[in-house]
Amino acid sequence: MLLFIEQLLNGLQLGVMLFLMSAGLTLVFGIMQVINLAHGSFYMIGAYVAATVAVRSGSFLLGMAVALPVAAAVGMIVELTILRRLYKRDHLDQVLATFGLIFFFNELTRIIWGRQPLFMDVPSWLGGAVELLPGIHYPVYRLAIILVGVFVALFLYLLFSRTRLGMRIRAGASNRDMVAALGVNIRLLYTLVFGLGTMLAALAGVMAGPILAVEVGMGESILILTFVVIVIGGIGSVRGALVGALLVGMVDTLGRVYLPDVLSFFVSSSTANSLGASLASMSVYILMAMVLTCKPAGLFPAQD
Amino acid sequence: MPNRKTILNGIGLLFFLLLPPVTQIFGQEYLLSLFSRILIYGLAAASLDLILGYGGMVSLGHAVFMGVGGYSVGILAFHSYESSPILSWPFVLAGTENALLAWPFAVLVAGIFGLITGAICLRTKGMHFIMITLAFAQMAYYFFVSLTKFGGSDGLSLYNRNTLPGIDLGSDVLFYYLCLAVLVIFLIVAHRLAGSHFGRVVSACRENEQRVQVLGFASYRYKLACYTFSAAAAGLAGALLVNQSEFISPGIMHWTKSGELMVMVLLGGMGTLVGPVLGAATLLLMEDILAMYTEHWMIILGPFLIIVVLFAKRGLYGLLTETGGNNG
Amino acid sequence: MAETLLQTKGLCKRFGALQVCRNLDLNITSGELHALIGPNGAGKTTAMNLITGLLTPDSGVLFFNGRDITNISVHKRALLGLARAFQVTSLFNDFSVRENLMLAVQAQQRTGFRFWTNATRDRKLMTSADEYVERMGLTERATVLAGALSHGERRQLEMGMALATKPAMLLLDEPMAGLGPGGTLKLCELIEELKGEVTILLVEHDTQAVFALADRISVLVQGEVVATDSPQLIKQNSLVQEAYLGGS
Repeated sequence: MLLFIEQLLNGLQLGVMLFLMSAGLTLVFGIMQVINLAHGSFYMIGAYVAATVAVRSGSFLLGMAVALPVAAAVGMIVELTILRRLYKRDHLDQVLATFGLIFFFNELTRIIWGRQPLFMDVPSWLGGAVELLPGIHYPVYRLAIILVGVFVALFLYLLFSRTRLGMRIRAGASNRDMVAALGVNIRLLYTLVFGLGTMLAALAGVMAGPILAVEVGMGESILILTFVVIVIGGIGSVRGALVGALLVGMVDTLGRVYLPDVLSFFVSSSTANSLGASLASMSVYILMAMVLTCKPAGLFPAQD
Repeated sequence: MPNRKTILNGIGLLFFLLLPPVTQIFGQEYLLSLFSRILIYGLAAASLDLILGYGGMVSLGHAVFMGVGGYSVGILAFHSYESSPILSWPFVLAGTENALLAWPFAVLVAGIFGLITGAICLRTKGMHFIMITLAFAQMAYYFFVSLTKFGGSDGLSLYNRNTLPGIDLGSDVLFYYLCLAVLVIFLIVAHRLAGSHFGRVVSACRENEQRVQVLGFASYRYKLACYTFSAAAAGLAGALLVNQSEFISPGIMHWTKSGELMVMVLLGGMGTLVGPVLGAATLLLMEDILAMYTEHWMIILGPFLIIVVLFAKRGLYGLLTETGGNNG
Repeated sequence: MAETLLQTKGLCKRFGALQVCRNLDLNITSGELHALIGPNGAGKTTAMNLITGLLTPDSGVLFFNGRDITNISVHKRALLGLARAFQVTSLFNDFSVRENLMLAVQAQQRTGFRFWTNATRDRKLMTSADEYVERMGLTERATVLAGALSHGERRQLEMGMALATKPAMLLLDEPMAGLGPGGTLKLCELIEELKGEVTILLVEHDTQAVFALADRISVLVQGEVVATDSPQLIKQNSLVQEAYLGGS
């Protein structure tokens, strides 16, 4: 039971990371109708910049404070120079061009930071563990990640329901031409949305820094999971991204821990272990295939 | 009029036919292995072109079929070394190193995998289709990573190439010519297919699927048949590749490999079949040549790719066969 | 008495809060030219989409030739003899005029699953297609890509495609839209020619053309059929006057 609660929290924490990644990406998908494979690169850039600054200055917060605007700026430059030309193109072009961006950013990172992974320490004020319930010690840092996720979700909710900018973004997602006709500077809006998306991705990268190795290719592994989240949630829906992220986080985490145990009821333990491990790593994709088979537009299809 | 395409195709074929003796004269035999890989990737890219260029199905998981085909051959060989059956129930399936058994088996397995996944993927469209093909590829990728018996993520080595009665596949030259023959036959078959009644319907689906349905075609079945055929052909490419390198690992079906196949199709020219072979040659040669000058060759490849997408959508084959200024 | 070819009973369709089709009842008699008119947004195209199967109704049933087709897929309806020419012409732009028609003939001959024979050199297919090329007056444009045709020619080809499937019933969705007076006249002649040969459901804004061509007219207002009658009686119908013709 204690282990189960701990695993639930782990699942929640992975879900939060995925939500940060997918919230921005789903907006870009939904509003600009563009597939951006390079979203993982901004996650990586965020992690690298934060790790570098944090190691030099000794301050995690300073690292974050530098990384977010840097990543947002890189994102907006990419939007202005390349992605903007792709909005009207077909998905194939978008996939290929952003695939090229991945090559570029990965190699650039290797040139700047080398091939060795960087390591980032958990800031001392977030170190250690707290006793949540009798017997359950959970790392403070991971709790902090969950908390950040809650804040971001709240922030996005307020942005979309309370502010003029948010309403415009939402309107842009459902009807581009109308928004343009209303005199909204749609190009600027797109750039801002893209910047926001990259900043959230970088935030996820910064926070992943202390728990994962900061290395080239880290963006791609989370990118694919992010896609799964978005497709499950419904392309363009932030609410769907939240639900999808938590679902994927839980399924992935719990599957890894419990599937071998569950299977050992049915088959021998060594088979259960290997079968369980493979089923666990496939589980989120199976989940996605199941969702799409029943609801081809995802759980929360954005109205079109 | 002597068609520019015919001339170009002829020159290409002649080049590939003459390559082995030329490399031997100049003592550059290592090139043969590179060009064998080009032929094999050319086959895979051309098979992707059938669904991408003709059918308009943007699959970001095509490499998985290479992987499935490759692993079929690899696992058959593995069990043959161990002389243990792969399956003992419901029927006995023994391992084999005989190409005449292993390769058709690889094609069959990849085709069946394509049929099943395609049946699900083709229920979706647009972005969803891209994502779900990607998801199936990842699923298979992790499946093979977890197969520790066959090396897991480290992969599986073959002791030697498959055997083919009458032809020594261990000879690089003969193997090269075999790849060339397979590729040429595939291109002819695919060309016939694309121009057939069936192919016309698939091409029409790319432009306007709804219209095709309203005319009275069950577009889904056409697309699925095309997808399955393409998967089977990629499976054959996988079977050849595992023989060429005598090694297979899940890396062969990583999603970035699928991305590279797409790049080959685009570089060469979509919907041309021969173009993707040219694209495969360009990409692999670029890798090889750029890597001689800098280990960071991807920093050049990335922007190059973006430029091609933005400004040269017709691909190399399109540029070469375009006859100047006729109706744009 | 001529028999009913297409019958819709109580078709309903809503998009979110918008009810675009409410209890749509249509009876189309075999051999007639039935026109469907109504103000913008009355749900005419939705009705077409429901009949061809591109949309599924929320409730209601459709009968074609006495057969319940409510749950039958788009392509099967087409094979039963329902053909449609689209409002926004949807041709295969990379195909030539002849190739477009060949594809339609292919659908009718059910030769789609031939993998080896070269379709573009199939004599039988070409001869049948050329019949329609000629009939639509596109002989000189046969090898031109559909994407390069003029608006009027695209309309003609669109009609030809629908005809080439040898339908029992032809749905024409605003065929005159965007045509000049010359084009409209030409198309009217063509439709006049088709009358009797094939049952036609015509959706059209050009009331003059509709009253000249139609055997019967149904008036659609806010997703509902308010009247079905002969052109003369429709002209006199006060309900119709008020809802639709009143303005013009």
